[in-house]
Amino acid sequence: MSNLDHFLLTSKEEIILKKIINAVNQVEDQMIAGMVKAYPQYVKKLDCGNVVVRADKKEGKVALISGGGSGHEPAHGGFVGKGMLDAAVAGAVFTSPTPDQIYEGIKAIDAGKGVLMVVKNYTGDVLNFEMAAEMAADMDGIEVKEVVVNDDVAVQDSLYTTGRRGVAGTVLVHKIAGAMAETGASLDEVQAVAQKVIDNVRTMGMAIRPCTVPAAGEPGFTLADDEMEIGIGIHGEPGVEKKPLETADEIVDTLMEKILADIDYAGSEVAVMVNGCGATPLMELFVVNNRVADILAEKGIKVYKTLVGEFMTSLEMEGFSITLLRLDDQLKELLDAEADTPAMTVAK
Amino acid sequence: MADNAKVIEIIKKIIADVDEQKLFLTELDNVIGDGDHGINLARGFDAVNEMMDTFEGKDIGAIMKAIGMKLVSTVGGASGPLYGTAFMKSGAYLNGKAEMNMEDFLGMMEVAIDGIMKRGKAVRGEKTMLDAMIPALDAMKESYAADGDVKKALDAGVAAAEEGIEFTKTIIATKGRASYLGERSIGHQDPGATSFTLMLKAVQALA
Repeated sequence: MSNLDHFLLTSKEEIILKKIINAVNQVEDQMIAGMVKAYPQYVKKLDCGNVVVRADKKEGKVALISGGGSGHEPAHGGFVGKGMLDAAVAGAVFTSPTPDQIYEGIKAIDAGKGVLMVVKNYTGDVLNFEMAAEMAADMDGIEVKEVVVNDDVAVQDSLYTTGRRGVAGTVLVHKIAGAMAETGASLDEVQAVAQKVIDNVRTMGMAIRPCTVPAAGEPGFTLADDEMEIGIGIHGEPGVEKKPLETADEIVDTLMEKILADIDYAGSEVAVMVNGCGATPLMELFVVNNRVADILAEKGIKVYKTLVGEFMTSLEMEGFSITLLRLDDQLKELLDAEADTPAMTVAK
Repeated sequence: MADNAKVIEIIKKIIADVDEQKLFLTELDNVIGDGDHGINLARGFDAVNEMMDTFEGKDIGAIMKAIGMKLVSTVGGASGPLYGTAFMKSGAYLNGKAEMNMEDFLGMMEVAIDGIMKRGKAVRGEKTMLDAMIPALDAMKESYAADGDVKKALDAGVAAAEEGIEFTKTIIATKGRASYLGERSIGHQDPGATSFTLMLKAVQALA
């Protein structure tokens, strides 16, 4: 058997999958194993599938758990550590983790003050996390609450849809709710501040090249060489429209117009996150941020803090998203609070 | 209608059929969802396949419950909790039964559908698996009540499920990821309705 047998799909014409992996069905396990070996000071893996928890469990605080499909690294395992998450659960690529995994994570991190689940708004994620919460409540009497992040302004929030998708803004929920939990706040208080972030955070993304889920073997969507998708989701879901490629400034103008129209930012301070989707060079992300900052300055919206980098990726998708979080004094203080995780650190 | 051995035979056919159709189901999902339905279901039923020898001599309820728990812990996505719930509820309903007759099967379908509706907070007409399941159950009930013929009832159920799939092409999705597409979801069949029909066809072929 040749090593390439792993990459050949038998039921269709044979496609060679060009990825740096060993075998399609080992990607998630080996990714988590590699992450734990890289950051033993931050995380350890539970024995029940791909669940990572803080290496040093902190007692006496509300515990935070998040997760979702793999393929969004560093989310979510990279945000496990002091001041952010206590556990992250990784499902198969772009597929929600299962209730038994999430349940084991909840049990491992509960420190007597309850557990807050930070869930991105996808039907699968919500169903699996809620099933796990029921298990933890019924079998172990653990108090579990949930917030559902829905920051993507690209899709319509209405009675006729599942609601907006949860995307890169989720990382800011991890940061701020995690900081709140670290202060010793109650489960209700941590949930309330997480919800406050969700109410004030908006994101929109775009892509110029799609990504390929290893097990699927071919891209989830296609774009012509000169085409881009505006409003793309973090799993390559269709967004608002496909159109011919424009300059970075023009693209940023389109995304910012939609974000700024969604809630009133006038006179407020904001945190900005320019997030790369996996295959976008930092150079281009800074080009994007250059325009974002200019637009905000023109509108008199003060930038309190900017994050540029990869926070919520989509495998090797080429594109970016812009996130704006409207801040008040409480959110500013929590954003600045100490965090020490593999993918985000804020000094004391 | 089915004893332990027959149920095992049907499950084996479902495992094989899901595996055979996984790329087709995934393609359907690529168009209106997130392109993992077939891959996820196949992973779950592969795991069920590995536990088949533990089903020997067990009552049907225990088998269905074990399948449900296995699906919940291996499928992921939305279909894991939904199919998992359906099988677990079916297992609870058939608890202790060494044999299943058509009344049992219809009752089982009823609680399975109820479980899916509650778990997914969904109703008929939202372009989901329910659009195949509910008409299939209604058709089977009606046919079986008319003449007590199991084969004819299952044929009617499969026909109604297939009509249900066709119906999902005509409506806008309001649940799940397809809902974002709005009008653009019209013309495409629902992957969940398709995978349910595949399972019902396995029952029709063997029961």
